[in-house]
Amino acid sequence: MSLYQVQKFLYNLNRDEQVQQAFSKNKNDVLSDYDLIQEEYGALHSGDIGLLYVLGVNGQILMHYAAYLQIEWFDYLQLMRDGIEEYGPVRAGIYTMTGGGEQFNQVLSADVGKEKK
Amino acid sequence: MSLVYAGILSHAPGITGRADLVPNKTVRDEFYAYLAKQRKDIESSGAEALIVIAAEHFANFFMDNMPAYCMGIGESHTGPIENSDWLKIEKTIIPGAPELAMRLAKSVMHSVDLAYSEEWQCDHGIMVPLNFLTPNYDLPVIPCNINCQGPPLTPLARVWQFGEALRQACDEQPEKIALVGTGGISHWPATPDSGKINEAWDRNFLDQLMNQDQINMLSYADEEVYQEAGQGGFEIRTLIATAAAAGGKGELQFYSAELPIFAVGCTVARFDLDH
Repeated sequence: MSLYQVQKFLYNLNRDEQVQQAFSKNKNDVLSDYDLIQEEYGALHSGDIGLLYVLGVNGQILMHYAAYLQIEWFDYLQLMRDGIEEYGPVRAGIYTMTGGGEQFNQVLSADVGKEKK
Repeated sequence: MSLVYAGILSHAPGITGRADLVPNKTVRDEFYAYLAKQRKDIESSGAEALIVIAAEHFANFFMDNMPAYCMGIGESHTGPIENSDWLKIEKTIIPGAPELAMRLAKSVMHSVDLAYSEEWQCDHGIMVPLNFLTPNYDLPVIPCNINCQGPPLTPLARVWQFGEALRQACDEQPEKIALVGTGGISHWPATPDSGKINEAWDRNFLDQLMNQDQINMLSYADEEVYQEAGQGGFEIRTLIATAAAAGGKGELQFYSAELPIFAVGCTVARFDLDH
């Protein structure tokens, strides 16, 4: 997994309007500059916030990307929760610093439980 | 002259971007009123420049080259990097103070290794404070970043040294300088847990901060902070540096955990300046 490359692309996209323009014109061209595995490539190409979160993208990078995609705040939060449900715990990055990412599943389960009640 | 004002404030993007979605508008407006008071206090101090110690969020630096400490010495800065409609702050140019910043940097470097940058793009971490403190962008700003986003995180004792060095540097200058530190306390920004706030942890930390309780303030381990205060808790570095620079006790003017849509315990405080 090349989380570093995923985050490097998002860092460049978030802060550079020229990269944003290039990406909007031809995603494949821009993404080909980064050493990505297919899963990462697909997540960035389709704007899959949930999978990017599970892959370990730092929220401070992912949040700006979601804003670029014009995703509303509450939708952004839900997409991450949906991502954990669909793809499993966070696999890498800062959020595995303790608990291997499972803590967010536990929190999610607790929240879902509350909602069901 | 020297340092003429030191304070802290929150900077979460929801403070401007999600202002209209706040259910408790009474608390929100009280928070805004204290931010307005902070602006007036800075203005009445006669400050000729404003240093903002912030925890930028990958606006300028990435993991290929992440300085522990960096000062913006450019003629001007730009921001926000975020979508303006999302942050509800228009893109603008912020005046810098290059000569003063270079003098400060040279002085600080005697104590703490400091990077400096002539290009600085501001994200919400600086733009939200400026939106309240200098809304016309007519006060020269010197941004300072402490890496709070991820390892390698500078030790808290080193943060204290940085704050003290910055204070000494300010006191060597003829200009009147205001300083604000802006960071969250406990928060889980931009994650599924966004909106969670550990109020007890916040209040305990703020009590240490306001009382210059250096021993306890500097005793936090990053693992402990992460578990109790989330990744956002790493940003206490900006607040600790400000306390060190001020030297005097603080007055907590506002704190509320009742605005979770802002995703942080909203805070405004100022410090006495120990001369």
